[in-house]
Amino acid sequence: MSSSPTQVHDGTRSQSAGDPLLVVKDLKVHFPTSDGVVKAVDGLSYTVERGKTLGIVGESGSGKSVSSSAIMGLFHGSSAQLSGQILLDGTDVLTLSEKEMRALRGRDVAMIFQDPLSALHPYYTVGAQIIEAYRVHQDVKKSVARRRAIELLDRVGIPQPDRRVDDYPHQFSGGMRQRAMIAMGLVNDPSMLIADEPTTALDVTVQAQILDLLQDLQREFNSAVIIITHDLGVVAEMTDDTLVMYGGRAVEYGKTSEILTHPEMPYTWGLLSSVPEVTGDTSAKLIPIPGNPPSLLNPPSGCHFHPRCAHRDKVPGDLCVTTTPELVPGGRDPHHLKRCHLADPEDIYLQEVLPEIAPDLVDEIAAPEQTGAPGVHGTTGTTEQGGRA
Amino acid sequence: MSAEQQPGRHVDPEATTSTEPEAAPAQHAATAVATDGSPGHVQGHGASEAPADAKTLLSVEDLRMWFPVKSSGVIHRTVGHVQAVDGVSFEVAEGASLGLVGESGCGKSTTGKLITRLLNPTGGSINFQGRDIATLKERELKPLRREIQMIFQDPYTSLNPRHTVGSIIGAPLRIHKIVPENKVLDRVRELLEIVGLNPEHYNRFPNEFSGGQRQRIGIARALTLNPKLLVADEPVSALDVSIQAQVVNLLQSIQSEFGVAFLFIAHDLAIVRHFCPEVAVMYLGKVVEIGDRDSIYQRSMHPYTQALLSAVPDVKQAAIGGRRERIRLEGDVPSPINPPSGCRFRTRCPIAQDICAKVEPPLLQIGPKHKVACHFPGTIGNHPTKPATTGLLGLDADGNADPRASASSELNTSPGYADRWYDIDRQSMTGA
Repeated sequence: MSSSPTQVHDGTRSQSAGDPLLVVKDLKVHFPTSDGVVKAVDGLSYTVERGKTLGIVGESGSGKSVSSSAIMGLFHGSSAQLSGQILLDGTDVLTLSEKEMRALRGRDVAMIFQDPLSALHPYYTVGAQIIEAYRVHQDVKKSVARRRAIELLDRVGIPQPDRRVDDYPHQFSGGMRQRAMIAMGLVNDPSMLIADEPTTALDVTVQAQILDLLQDLQREFNSAVIIITHDLGVVAEMTDDTLVMYGGRAVEYGKTSEILTHPEMPYTWGLLSSVPEVTGDTSAKLIPIPGNPPSLLNPPSGCHFHPRCAHRDKVPGDLCVTTTPELVPGGRDPHHLKRCHLADPEDIYLQEVLPEIAPDLVDEIAAPEQTGAPGVHGTTGTTEQGGRA
Repeated sequence: MSAEQQPGRHVDPEATTSTEPEAAPAQHAATAVATDGSPGHVQGHGASEAPADAKTLLSVEDLRMWFPVKSSGVIHRTVGHVQAVDGVSFEVAEGASLGLVGESGCGKSTTGKLITRLLNPTGGSINFQGRDIATLKERELKPLRREIQMIFQDPYTSLNPRHTVGSIIGAPLRIHKIVPENKVLDRVRELLEIVGLNPEHYNRFPNEFSGGQRQRIGIARALTLNPKLLVADEPVSALDVSIQAQVVNLLQSIQSEFGVAFLFIAHDLAIVRHFCPEVAVMYLGKVVEIGDRDSIYQRSMHPYTQALLSAVPDVKQAAIGGRRERIRLEGDVPSPINPPSGCRFRTRCPIAQDICAKVEPPLLQIGPKHKVACHFPGTIGNHPTKPATTGLLGLDADGNADPRASASSELNTSPGYADRWYDIDRQSMTGA
């Protein structure tokens, strides 16, 4: 590490155990257009350790994919203006030349895309594409690379990999294509894996298989993983940390178990309340976030979320409209950061939001507040599971 | 996503529209159900309830859609059939909603297209208001189009980009000559208002609206003729999470205001649970389980439904950490050209026995509003070891015909629910 990040306020957390593999500091990605500058990512900071998973959540246009494309160095040669630091194992990715980036891309950091049908080349066999990805970084014979491709296809659960390696992408089903993409991403044993909506196009049963696979592979290779998704269920089950993005900025960042049980930012409340749950109380209400995501060309002043925020009137004066809140620790945990002016978000969440969206949880979540017992919040989930298992 | 994927292009519909006044109607839209326009008063909807004692509106019986598979070469002989929908039966009451869930390729969208008669069924009947519409000719179908309308999945491709919103929504009025030409615009404005868009935007083009707003236009078009039944094929799956909830709430308020019945096709089990008091689960062209919300989500008896439900990631898991316990299904859905014999799910079923390959399980009513097609129906961990259906079908435990028994006359395969059903625990018919 060239510099050790110790500031809590910019979102980098070196205190927790483990070795931070990826440190993103104050990343800005701006696209100049004829109508003005689109601030797709505006001051984003986070850390991912080896063997850990970060979930990035947000709507279309919140900057979640752009920030990860920056890690992959995909803006070389475009008009995008990048600033800040992306330290991958100590190397600042943003200062690398395209040639140096090419050596890194695919070997140290790999990406799995949302739609495997458009991310795989239709004209080449699946095997040829995996072999190519391998031989770019390893000086080996074709036959060795082919054996490696078959080995990986087998590892990701493709039946008869020695035959399927010569199939074209269209001969694979959706789930198999996604497995092939994962095999391609892992062929060089990257230490960092970015999965951009890896299961959005898949059925739930296939999604569960792919998530299992990602988890097994992560354990096996001890790689750091970023999962970009809009599915809070996936975030809850897969990730250690969660970063909620809105309008190009982080609005809430911390441990997943904290963020999803005690969210402190109205946008996160909105996300939770606009998704019905498959278990739990049927009297729970679906409360949408009004309006549309903001334009990044001309974002709202102050807090980007204020035009859609239902709790704006609880902040004195017009603070929300005039002043951008800082990403600072909330009242509960020094590692739980939120970007909001609300003084007592916990009370509002427990008294106003939770009774509407999960009436069955109100008592449970309020009780452990005093005892401090962890995990009691999920009692309903556990008992239902017990009944199912 | 376009803003992220094409960073150089700034003409992203989401971005451009929200700088323009559309942002205001969208806010208005979200609160169309509430009385107040300010974001502080957005009201949510609870889960939909089934109307009591409603008459049957739609009754589908043994519906089949087999697409021919032709051989290559000069003479295109039919070499097989894709059995996309094979013997589906269900009922929808007036003002009710039935959810149709299943994996891709299970035939749920085909079922929707058959009911709107965008496809001609291979067999079976579709009784709509007591009249079989399965075999109606194109000309006889025109009046029917007023009664049954469809909402499509992709709001970007289901609206003609060269027509204004006014002409898209007004087209059904002109085609069916419902109102005189000079009244069409008034009705269009009224409809735009109902779906929460600015009524003055009738002369804009679809590209000027965001995804959620376009879906609202699609909904307005479907509502134009006051239909009795709306077939909604994945109406929210192309939308952002926060917009999804807005559209689901809009559909719920439309249902309560106009009493329109829904056939709601979706793969998102949580949305279906919220919107539909009754749910049918499909697998490979067949309904494997159908019932009211509680029967399906709390006491599902079919191993496929159980696997499907257990695979949904749950937000509550955040407090516990790690993955939820789930039933693992191996492999992919078999080909509908050559489906497995007997029960179609048997190749992936964790509890399948010999009988499952020999005999197809009937869709058996096992509760006041609960039917399941399985030889071993039971809640998780409580599946019987002996097939529960043999007594009714006149078979022995291995699925061979039992000379001492005969198929019971009480086996009811008609759509809808009977007053008497088969009690699996006691292996006999019982009643309310």
